[in-house]
Amino acid sequence: MLNDTVLKASDLNKSFSGIVAAKDINVSINQGEIVGIIGANGAGKTVFVNMITGYLKPTSGKIEFLGEDITGIEPRNATHIGLCRSFQISQVFMTMSVKQNLMIAMSLSKKSGKALLDPIADEEISKECDKILELYKIMDQSNNIVSTLSQGIRKLLDIAMAVVGNPKVILLDEPTSGVSVEEKFGIMDIVIAALKQTETSVLFVEHDMEIVERYVDRVIAFYQGEIICDAPPKVALSDKKVIEYVLGH
Amino acid sequence: MFTGIFKDTSVRILITFMIVLCVLSSLVLPDWMQNNFMYGLSRGLAILGLMLLWRTNLVSFGHALYYGFGAYAVALCQKYFGITDILLRFAIAVIAAGLLGFCLGFILRKYREIFFAMLSLAFSMVLYGLLAKAEFLGSTDGMSISPSTLLGMELTRQYLFYLITFFVICAAISIQAYLRSTLGHLTTAIQDNEIRVEYLGYSVQKAIHIKYVMSACLAGGAGGLMAASLGQVDPDSMVNWNVSGELVFITIMSGWGNILAPFIGAIIFEFIRTYAFEWAPQAWAAIVGGTLLAIIFFFPGGIWSVIEKVFNYGKKKNVK
Amino acid sequence: MQFWATVLLDGLTYASYLFIVSLGLTIIFGVMKILNVAHGSFYAWGAYTAAFAIGFITDNELSEALFLPAILISAILVGVVLGYVIERFILRKMYNQDIHLIVLATFGVFLIFEDLIIITFGVDPYLPYQPAMMLGWVDIVGLNRGVYQLTLILLASIVAFACWYGLTKTKWGKLLQSVIYDREISVAMGIDVTKVYVVTFIGGAILGALGGAYVAPTTSVSPGFAIDLVVLSFAVVVIGGMGSIPGALIGSLIVGILRAFAVHQAPILELFVVFAVMAIVLIIRPEGLFAPPKPRKI
Repeated sequence: MLNDTVLKASDLNKSFSGIVAAKDINVSINQGEIVGIIGANGAGKTVFVNMITGYLKPTSGKIEFLGEDITGIEPRNATHIGLCRSFQISQVFMTMSVKQNLMIAMSLSKKSGKALLDPIADEEISKECDKILELYKIMDQSNNIVSTLSQGIRKLLDIAMAVVGNPKVILLDEPTSGVSVEEKFGIMDIVIAALKQTETSVLFVEHDMEIVERYVDRVIAFYQGEIICDAPPKVALSDKKVIEYVLGH
Repeated sequence: MFTGIFKDTSVRILITFMIVLCVLSSLVLPDWMQNNFMYGLSRGLAILGLMLLWRTNLVSFGHALYYGFGAYAVALCQKYFGITDILLRFAIAVIAAGLLGFCLGFILRKYREIFFAMLSLAFSMVLYGLLAKAEFLGSTDGMSISPSTLLGMELTRQYLFYLITFFVICAAISIQAYLRSTLGHLTTAIQDNEIRVEYLGYSVQKAIHIKYVMSACLAGGAGGLMAASLGQVDPDSMVNWNVSGELVFITIMSGWGNILAPFIGAIIFEFIRTYAFEWAPQAWAAIVGGTLLAIIFFFPGGIWSVIEKVFNYGKKKNVK
Repeated sequence: MQFWATVLLDGLTYASYLFIVSLGLTIIFGVMKILNVAHGSFYAWGAYTAAFAIGFITDNELSEALFLPAILISAILVGVVLGYVIERFILRKMYNQDIHLIVLATFGVFLIFEDLIIITFGVDPYLPYQPAMMLGWVDIVGLNRGVYQLTLILLASIVAFACWYGLTKTKWGKLLQSVIYDREISVAMGIDVTKVYVVTFIGGAILGALGGAYVAPTTSVSPGFAIDLVVLSFAVVVIGGMGSIPGALIGSLIVGILRAFAVHQAPILELFVVFAVMAIVLIIRPEGLFAPPKPRKI
């Protein structure tokens, strides 16, 4: 079970008016795997993530998800088939409460016209949302308006909103950026534990090597649009090229 | 979609308000007041439509397009098909405006902010340009509308008023059902964060398009009822850009906290108009302009926010 | 041939006055990001004040040489007074507010000034035709046209040249351009934005009033005659690109000539063509034909 490939990118290239942002990228991700993507600023990490979730279309190459070609898919369709993402700067509905945010995400994940037209205060959906709030340990913030909450809570909500439809793969874009040092391990513990329960594959872009070392099964390092290393964290973080080009010492 | 809608506080308040209005105007109040209520409720439908758009931070400076389109649809159906039935008139106005909104929506749903406002303005002025110059549509004089009938019977103004109230209640309840649904909540969500809505798996453009068509239907219905109750349609008081401006003005004045707000706002607008004409006919526009500035500066939440404060109704409303 | 000459000449005349008015509107938008509906008030007040001044000169049998100075002074007076009052007491309190609210506030101001006109000047139309009479008529390419109307083209050219010179050759112009390009950076560099705003708004107001004042002798000045103009100048500005000065020039030419063509060929389409073009431009190129350059922000 654990070795089934869920996501496969082959020979991905992307250039912006002549400037190469991604070059011959080949990656495959197995179910339940937790993969860290590292690289200096501008190395092509975010371009890679954006191509996979359909925000950018690759110049050439192919992306397969559960064996199906999804190259150039619309972001919302990526969500429908079970390929979700969170954001570097949490993208949540600031004027609403935590619960309302999640309820919207939950009803949309039902993909049925009826769920769209039914009152949002539906009991069943409310119960399902409570489960996720518990899982992500933000139950106590449930009725607070998001704009009054800390970055850490917003990050958790952001991720919680991405997983309501039980995706196969989730891309986390710098889950701990903007979060205080005291909060960061707490947040990652909660997130990784929750995602392991559902056997969701996780791809996360991260600058913080402490986080990478502690949580991932595998590291992919980017430099100038290319993958320079793809190995377990212990091997990758002591790789010469990685040390020179990514860690910068 | 409509399950338990009559348990909704806003709906209960709306129905109570409308019934009180009907009883008062038929028993106690003078006729001219009833006319004001009638015009206010009709126009209020268009304001309700603008309120929907406003909640997504879209302001249409050309909503008179649908208002006028509905009104002219009623006039043309009378001229060419002899239709005077009020039910048909309302339906025709709503459907005609809805279809137009559906078509233009494919373009407008991509636009935001000032570009949305300007493109709406352009579309409405295209219609105005045609109506103001077209001889067979009466050019700037417009066309007159004969009194409405109901299923072949003549309709007194009293009953026309009851029917308009009924239409308004139906429309407002549908809108409330929409607003409390997930789709309706997307309204505020889109204003907050479009990217997130896309990544939650729903098309922002589609959500805006749906809302835009609803808003067009409401404005069209308003135009149709207004035509029926005024007995007259003409481009300058129904399609020109300052009519659109007036509609947006009433929207701001009303506030957007509740489905009842547009109707209260529109009725108050009618009363301001009547009194201004009576006491200071030269300064009617200045009074409207002054009110607009006063609202913007001193009551940014509109009349509804004042009502909310007075009754402290706001506390109960948001907690579900 | 004759037909095209007529269209061209009438279109050019019409474009000239649209240009003067729209230039003010577009500069205000470019600098302050305000879509100023009250621009119509400057136009109307300019026209009324000029009409009143011309009437005063004629009634008291003063020299005809005073007509032109009277028109210019009316425009400046109206621009400075109304521009200052509106900027200082309304708009200054609204910067950083939602753009729609600002449009609505200027709409409110427009309504108030519409009625102030009626209260000040009455409801009867003014016909200040004397300056146009004074200059007489002339035959060009077989067309009989008032000389005064033709001087409008000259005035527009002067305004266009002055504007180009002022913006590119003077220190003030460069300041203005930097504010148009990026307001935040300009503030950071120590430009007094409040001052720039007042001057811009008054400048734009004078242009609006000048359009009205100069057109007054060729038309009947009556209540509500600015209503069409507001939306026409919006069309010009949108077609050319909101905030773009060359855009205002091209926009006025397009609208002026199209309208003249429609008037002579298919009068029913007179307004339709203008707004159809506005809609098409917005659909194809929402920023307008001459979109001002935007700073890239990361």
